[in-house]
Amino acid sequence: MTGGIDFAAFRSEPAANALVGRINRLTERAGGTSERPIALMEVCGTHTVAISRFGLRAMLPPGLRLLSGPGCPVCVTPLIEIDRSIAAATMPDVIVATFGDMMRVPGSHRSLESVRADGADVRIVYSPMDALEVARKNPAKLVVFLGVGFETTSPIIAATIVAAAREGISNFTVLPFFKTVPAALDMLAAVPGRPLDGFICPGHVSVIIGSDAYLPVARDRNIPCVVTGFEPLDILAGVVMLLEQVVAIREATGSAGVAVQYSRAVTPEGNTTAQGLMDDVFAVYDAEWRGIGVVPATGQTLSKKYEMFDATKRLEIDVPTPVGESGCICGEIMLGRNLPPDCPHFGAACTPRSPVGPCMVSTEGSCAAFYKYEQGWRSGDPDGTEEK
Amino acid sequence: MCLAVPGRILEVEGTKGRVDFNGISREADLTLLPDAEAGDYVLVHAGFAIQRLDEAEARETLKLFGELAEALEQEDADRSDRESS
Ligand code: SF4
Repeated sequence: MTGGIDFAAFRSEPAANALVGRINRLTERAGGTSERPIALMEVCGTHTVAISRFGLRAMLPPGLRLLSGPGCPVCVTPLIEIDRSIAAATMPDVIVATFGDMMRVPGSHRSLESVRADGADVRIVYSPMDALEVARKNPAKLVVFLGVGFETTSPIIAATIVAAAREGISNFTVLPFFKTVPAALDMLAAVPGRPLDGFICPGHVSVIIGSDAYLPVARDRNIPCVVTGFEPLDILAGVVMLLEQVVAIREATGSAGVAVQYSRAVTPEGNTTAQGLMDDVFAVYDAEWRGIGVVPATGQTLSKKYEMFDATKRLEIDVPTPVGESGCICGEIMLGRNLPPDCPHFGAACTPRSPVGPCMVSTEGSCAAFYKYEQGWRSGDPDGTEEK
Repeated sequence: MCLAVPGRILEVEGTKGRVDFNGISREADLTLLPDAEAGDYVLVHAGFAIQRLDEAEARETLKLFGELAEALEQEDADRSDRESS
């Protein structure tokens, strides 16, 4: 137990340069060109932000393209669910508790932030356990926790629901719009209209589900999958590992598989305690992903055993058919067909201050990350990325 | 949203632990990591420890990065030797 981990070493510049050198050589060997680049997609908002923030795109050769998939749970939450959350907040004797990222997402007419300004009881919490505490202290109110997140977050909320059941806190409920990743990757691998050569798999989702969860995608779609960490060297090393697989596939010396770069945190089997909680508390359903559509078996709602904690079973939350934003291409971006600067609204009508679509609202949305860190990317001025 | 921050467990009491994040200590729930112990590095997400960080694996990854950087420096040195001779 001596020494500990030197986290700063994951940002060493000489090592980054060495990795970029390998990426250049492997991209060339794999035949990536600016006309037909090797396309790798990340599916995690934390990767989206790290790639933009550390300027990794500008370090990579033109024959390699990093696409930004549907990795932001807030961005893929359908508008009708946002409208439902806002409607719940305006009901009498209801307290809505949520992670901060949901506050500014525009619904059809309002946002949680604006109804709170008008007196609705909406509370931002750091942990779902804090929302349970709100329920404990307000027994006469119904607490509705907005259950947004991937497998990193959903087992934590499952643990909170189990705690509520154990302590008999029956005024704690969850509005569930959880999404799961592996089946979504399978859908993304088959999207027509753009090539895809590999997945940068989400690090912290994988901490929970384990890297073996990607074996079916790698095998059935022949798409390399590498689980990477979030430091710049982690991501560059993950790209090297993906390119090695792409080269092997193109030179017919190997087929796609799953590899783990983030081995300090991710095991093949994942966190089995968390998986057990998810199996107990949740039931799988065909979830709608905003901008993408319904993807079979990618949603988690509450199981029969815990349905009394399902807010939709306790409240009549009727909302009219939502009125969506016009001209937003978040869906096309999340499918990997476009990057944010391809949207005509980007940086003009749509900015983080007045967002048109969800990818600009959430700090982890691709459009917000590009706006903040990579405005010069498309214009060939990667250093012109002044902080906003 | 899936941001998880590494910290080191200072002490464990039942299903809760105090975790040190670079000098700032905060409580974390250990329900998802029932066998966590004081001294462990853990990843914390939304108030819960979700996994133990494997120190040996972390050092192994860093060693690899170190070797890559060294190899590059060596290459550069060789090249400038060739160019100057
Ligand atoms: S820039 Fe705005 S309108 Fe365009 S895709 Fe992004 S969020 Fe949607």
